[in-house]
Amino acid sequence: MKLRIYVTLKPGVLDPQGKAIEHALAGLGFSGIEGARVGKLIELEVADSTDDSAIDAMCRQLLANTVIENYRIERLEPAK
Amino acid sequence: MKTAVIVFPGSNCDRDIAVALEAVTGRKPAMVWHRESELPEGTGLVALPGGFSYGDYLRSGAMAARSPIMRAVSDAAAKGLPVLGICNGFQVLTEAGLLPGALMRNAGLNFVCRNVALTVENAQTAFTSRYAAGERILIPVAHHDGNYFADAATLDRIEGEGRVAFRYAENVNGSARNIAGVLNDAGNVLGMMPHPERRIEAAHGGDEGRRLFEGLLELVA
Repeated sequence: MKLRIYVTLKPGVLDPQGKAIEHALAGLGFSGIEGARVGKLIELEVADSTDDSAIDAMCRQLLANTVIENYRIERLEPAK
Repeated sequence: MKTAVIVFPGSNCDRDIAVALEAVTGRKPAMVWHRESELPEGTGLVALPGGFSYGDYLRSGAMAARSPIMRAVSDAAAKGLPVLGICNGFQVLTEAGLLPGALMRNAGLNFVCRNVALTVENAQTAFTSRYAAGERILIPVAHHDGNYFADAATLDRIEGEGRVAFRYAENVNGSARNIAGVLNDAGNVLGMMPHPERRIEAAHGGDEGRRLFEGLLELVA
C-alpha cells in the first residue's frame, strides 16, 4: 500500500524558509502573497497488512519531530 | 578519566573534541562508531561531536538519534553519566529526547560561522563550574540549524530550573530567549551549539572553551 505522510510545521512555529519564499514571490511581481509555509511530503510503500498504529508510530518516532511538527497520513489505494 | 566520542557518518568535529579531551584528561578518548551498541567499560564522559551526521537528512540529528549507540547513551545518561553534545551533537540530543526543544533553521537562513559572545547563565553545573555566573566568554559557532525552539511553557520551566547554561549575548540565529546551551533535568546532559573545543589554546585565539572540559574532569575524577 502506498502512503503519503505530510509533515508540516505547527502553527505558531516560525518558518524562515516560508518567509523567504513569500518575499521571493513578491519580488517576482506576484501580488497578494499572504503567507508561505514549507513542509515535507514523504511517500512510503508498506505491506498492505501494516496496521494504523504502526504507521502512527513511524511518524512519531522518526518522520516528524512532534516538538515542532504535525503530521497527516494519507492512504492511497492498496496495490493489486 | 576515560572518555568516549561517538562518531556518526558525517561527524566532522570528532577529532577536534578528541584533541580537547586528550589535552585535559591526558588520555585519548575512545572513538565509538555509531553502530556499536555499548559504551566502553568505565566511560566517565560521552561527547557527541559537531558535523552533519547523515548529511542532515530528514532533520539535523534525526537519523543519528536513532542509531544503535544512542540507546546505550540514553541508558547511561539516565544513570547519571555526563553527556556533552556540541552543535550537531546538541541536535542529536534533542532528537533523541534527552534534551527539550528542537533546533530549527537559523532565522536569517544563513550559515553562521564566527566567534560569538556567550553569557554563562548557570555556573553551578557539572559543565560550567570553572566559569563565573554572568561571565562573558567568546566561543565560535558554525551552524545552519541552531535556532532553538521550545514552547513557552517549556522555556519558562527550563529557565526556572536553571537549565539554561549559556545564552548568546546577541541574536545570532533567532533562538528563543537567545538560548545557546541547555541541560537536562538531572543536570548531567548538556547540549550547546557553540564549539568550546575550538577554543582551548592560545593558537585558537583564546582558551575560554578549555575550562568547560577542565570542570568536567574535576567532577568525574
